[in-house]
Amino acid sequence: MKRPLRLLSALLLALLLNPLAAEEESLLMMRSSQSFPEAMLAVQKTLGEYGYTVSRVQRVDIGLTASGFETDRYRIVFFGKPEEIRHLSGEHPELIPYLPLKMTIFAEQDETLLVALDPTALDDIVDDEAFAQLTMRWKNDIIAIMDELREY
Amino acid sequence: MFRSTLFLISGLLLSTTLLAAPDGARLYERHCSACHGLEGEGGVGVPLVLPSFQRAVEDDFLFTTIRHGRPGRVMPAFTSLSDAQVRAIVDHLRSWAPERPQQAARPVRKPAHGKPGRGKALFAQHCAQCHGANGEGGHGTGVTFSRPRDLPVMAPALNNPGFLAAADDHMIKRTLMEGREGTPMVSFLDAGLNEQQIDDIVSYVRSFEEEPLHWQYDRDEAPAITMESSYDLQTTVENIKRAAVGKNFRIIRIQRLEDGLFEEGEQNEKQVIVYFCNFNFINEALSLDPRVGLFMPCRITAVEKADGTVELMAINPRYMSRLFNNAELDEACTRMHNLYESIIEEATL
Repeated sequence: MKRPLRLLSALLLALLLNPLAAEEESLLMMRSSQSFPEAMLAVQKTLGEYGYTVSRVQRVDIGLTASGFETDRYRIVFFGKPEEIRHLSGEHPELIPYLPLKMTIFAEQDETLLVALDPTALDDIVDDEAFAQLTMRWKNDIIAIMDELREY
Repeated sequence: MFRSTLFLISGLLLSTTLLAAPDGARLYERHCSACHGLEGEGGVGVPLVLPSFQRAVEDDFLFTTIRHGRPGRVMPAFTSLSDAQVRAIVDHLRSWAPERPQQAARPVRKPAHGKPGRGKALFAQHCAQCHGANGEGGHGTGVTFSRPRDLPVMAPALNNPGFLAAADDHMIKRTLMEGREGTPMVSFLDAGLNEQQIDDIVSYVRSFEEEPLHWQYDRDEAPAITMESSYDLQTTVENIKRAAVGKNFRIIRIQRLEDGLFEEGEQNEKQVIVYFCNFNFINEALSLDPRVGLFMPCRITAVEKADGTVELMAINPRYMSRLFNNAELDEACTRMHNLYESIIEEATL
C-alpha cells in the first residue's frame, strides 16, 4: 500500500475508534467455579444479605426444554429493595419497564455464569443526581455480590 | 540518622507503590473470565492461554484490544480501566505464557509487500470458510455458554476496526505461518502456501482498513416503548393478552409489579405486568447471545395513572441492544421492537 493511502487508512481507523466504536462494558458478568445449583443458592442468599428481596425466579430452561429445545440450566432472578422499587415506579414511571432489577444465571458445563445490566446504564433514562447515586450504589452492590460469589 | 530516615521513607514509598499496584489476576477474574474462562481456556472469547496465541501476539495487541474492544463483536471497550490496570491484566495473561513472541517457533522475517489482489483470491479459498467472505468472522456466540459446543472458538472478525487497530502485519503473518494449535486455524505453510502467498493474504486483510466496517448504534433510540390506552386497566390487560397470543406468543404470567416484593394485599394494583414468551424466538436469540436473558421474558406493563388514564410500557430492545456490543443481535432486536409496537398498538386502539 502506498504511504498516503496507508496514512489515510490509519486516519479513517482513528476516526472510527474515536469515540471508541466498541461500547463500554455495560454488563456486569462473572464466572463462578460453583455448579449451577450451588451458585443459584449462593446468589439468593447473598442478595438477601445485601438487603435485596428476590421477587421471582423465571426458569427459562424449563420452557425451552418443554418446547423441544436443548439447553443447560438457565434462570432469571428478579430482585430489588421493595421501598426503592415502589418509590421509583411512582416518581419515575418511565423506569417501570426496567424494574425490578434482574440477573441472568446459567450453567456452562461445571461452571456458572451470571450477567446483570450495569444499573448506571439507567442514568440515561432519569437525569437526576439522587438517582445517579442510587444506581451507583446498586452497581457497587452487584459487583460486591459477584466478588463474594467468587469466594464461595 | 539521615540515612536511616531516608531508608525508612524509601521503604514506605516502595511498599505504598506495591500496595497500590493493580492486581492483574483479580482484574482478569472480574472483567475477563466470564468470556475467556477462569484460566484463559476460552469460550466466547478466544483461548488466551494457548501457547500459539501467546507466541503470536505482542503486549501492544493485548493492550489495544482491551482498550478498544471489538465493535459489534461482544468484546467491550474497557475505557474505565486505567493504563496501569490494563497493563496489569496484560502481565497476568503473560504469566501463562511459557514462550513470548520473540521466541516463536518459526521466526517471521520482515514481511514482504504482498499483493492484496492475489491475497483476495487466496483468502476466499483458504480463510473465508471460517472468517467469512469479507472477513466478518464466525457467527453467533454459540461456541459455548449454555448451548451445545459445536466449535472450539469463534473465528475472529478480521475486518473489525478493533482487530485492525490492534493487530500489526507481523502478528497476522505469524498466525498464518504457525496456525493456532488447539483451534481449527492451521499453519498455512503446512497447508502448502509459500511465504509470498502468506504476505499476499496479510496485505488483503490489511486492505480491509480502506473500507472498514462501520458499525454503530443509533443513540437516539428511546429506552422504552410507551403508548396511552383508550381503555381501562382491566380491559387493556385483556387486550395485551389477546394481541400477544395473536402474534404467536404464549402468556406465561400476569402479575403486579410489586408481587414478591410486598405482602399480599399491600401491592400497588395499578401496575400490572403481562409476561409472554415465544420459545422459538428465545432459542434463536440465545444462540446469538446467551446474555439476552436480560431481555426476558417479554413483558408489557399497564399502569393506571392518578388521572385514570392507562399507559402501556415495554423496554425498547433496540435501545438495550447497544449494551451487548453484539451486531448480530440488531436484527432480532428490531424484530422484537416491531412486535412490541404492534402488540401495544393493537391493545390500545
